[in-house]
Amino acid sequence: MDLSKALEVATATDSGMVRTHNEDSITVDAASGFVVLADGMGGYNAGEVASGIATAMLGTSLKQVLDGAEPGRIEPESSETLAVKILREQIAGANASIYQAAKSQPQYAGMGTTLVVGLFYDNYLSVAHIGDSRLYRLRQDEFRQITRDHSLLQEQIDSGMITEEMARLSQNKNLVTRALGIDPEVEPEIHTYEVEAGDVYLLCSDGLSDMVEDDEIHLTVSSLQANVQLASQQLVQMANDNGGRDNVSVILVRVLRNFPASMDWISRLSSWFRLAKV
Amino acid sequence: MAKLILSMDNLVLKEITLNKERTTIGRKPGNDIHIDNLAVSGEHAVIFTILNDSFLEDLGSTNGTLVNGNMVKKHFLQNNDVIELGKYKLKYVNEQPSQVTSGDYEKTMVIHPKPTPKAAEGVSQNLQTTQPMRAHPLDTIPGSAFAAKPAAEPKPVEHKPVVAEAKPAAEAKTAAEVKPSVEMKPAAEAKPAAEVKPSAEMKPAAEAKSEEEMKLAGEVKLAVEAKSAEAKPSAEAKLKSKPAETKPQVATTEPKPSSAAAAKPGLLAAIQILTGPSAGKELDLTKSLTTLGKPGVQVVVVTRRPQGYFMTHVEGATFPLLNGKTLDAQAHALNDHDIIELGGIKMEFFYKVA
Repeated sequence: MDLSKALEVATATDSGMVRTHNEDSITVDAASGFVVLADGMGGYNAGEVASGIATAMLGTSLKQVLDGAEPGRIEPESSETLAVKILREQIAGANASIYQAAKSQPQYAGMGTTLVVGLFYDNYLSVAHIGDSRLYRLRQDEFRQITRDHSLLQEQIDSGMITEEMARLSQNKNLVTRALGIDPEVEPEIHTYEVEAGDVYLLCSDGLSDMVEDDEIHLTVSSLQANVQLASQQLVQMANDNGGRDNVSVILVRVLRNFPASMDWISRLSSWFRLAKV
Repeated sequence: MAKLILSMDNLVLKEITLNKERTTIGRKPGNDIHIDNLAVSGEHAVIFTILNDSFLEDLGSTNGTLVNGNMVKKHFLQNNDVIELGKYKLKYVNEQPSQVTSGDYEKTMVIHPKPTPKAAEGVSQNLQTTQPMRAHPLDTIPGSAFAAKPAAEPKPVEHKPVVAEAKPAAEAKTAAEVKPSVEMKPAAEAKPAAEVKPSAEMKPAAEAKSEEEMKLAGEVKLAVEAKSAEAKPSAEAKLKSKPAETKPQVATTEPKPSSAAAAKPGLLAAIQILTGPSAGKELDLTKSLTTLGKPGVQVVVVTRRPQGYFMTHVEGATFPLLNGKTLDAQAHALNDHDIIELGGIKMEFFYKVA
């Protein structure tokens, strides 16, 4: 199903004001309905390599497997949607590739990357993430972070040890507890959400969320939602104006209209029953 | 690494580096920071250190613990905080790496728990005596009064979340009860890694995130890579300053690239509407961005940046006029007394006199 009429996608990425390399990497495909953002880590150029492998592999493989597929179909053996299964499998593939590359090439040893992937289908969005790259959603006036970082700081917040206000003062911002390509296997966190026409989704690397307050991001996304390309550039610029200490990458997805599954009423009904059972 | 400077009556007695995850303060001899003074309780307070962050907790002391003059129970220590116990002062020093040296500091690193079933037991005392290679012991706070509460997650709809992030509903304990048992003590052990890149393996126990991880008690591997991060000269860092008073500018003929801003850093500007029904109305441009116009018809945004104000077309078939010239899609620097025309309405941009 071609979603390019339903989704308007804009991207911006920049190495920031301090770093010489851009270790972030993004790939988007509005027609297939997916967006991918990765923030690499590792010595020398290894971070770029890791995030580059992640986006290149996922960009190609997702396009391939989604072609003609019904991502909303419920898989009988696991009672999860095909979309979730696809995400999990393709992410596992990318993980294995990065891990292998890191093993075989000494200069890439230990490289890894964060990842956030959004897959749109049938008025749903399945989000997979690993690490501290985020997805936010603007729905009417409400702007909220949908993913929860896999980071030391987030664990401290979750355990009640520090508050979110205190977390801003923390010096442990840069520690993630999960990354793609570090281990032979990785568990992405995957959730599925309903999508409404008018929603704007923001995927970003920590170069944005660490440099620009959520309120400011909210203001920017909501005032400039009519022009997501401008909004994405504006966000990068704000991160850089605030010091730009890290690479900063942004993907904005504006939902122009509904994109329900195109099925006949019988299969729709039966799928509804199956969903209801789950 | 963070440290404490112990002093009394402005006389520095001692410097203590916070290189353990649990540093105890008290009158009894077993404390890491031993203060033999009757105003100090036997077990007065404890400081938990997690990598670069330290937390102070009063252990129910008789005379209490002050930080910067305020009585605290628990406190997230910030650079230059002064902790007071009786007449003794402990200054917390944890200087952030400067911008110049921040190359490595803000680099994202992975800490990740690896299943090593035996790591948890038996080695719990090692940390106290052997310092891990990696400077900071790495663990969440064992059995602390910083009690865990399950965090609310955004609720996914319809399909079940595939990955259940199991959070232990740790019981809240009052600080008085907190005496980390042996099992709860972190066991850290560092092995030098025979690799090109610095990497250390540590084995913390306690407060693992999921039940499974709890059982496995986690071996945490720190993959730390050095990275060359050089400061990039910033193209936009150059600011041109102008005197505050200005003559009205008739026309800026050339659209300016955004990097060569008409700069009045930090100065507040406003827009005054000159024609139309709201003529005379003034709008302060205090926010980082302000949109003007009618959504769906014609909108421009005025952004406030360190080097001044800029205007960009957002939506609409017609582009705004700046001093009589039609703008393109680029951002344009705004100068004092520029005239903006938007949907037939004229307005003037001007800097407020500070």
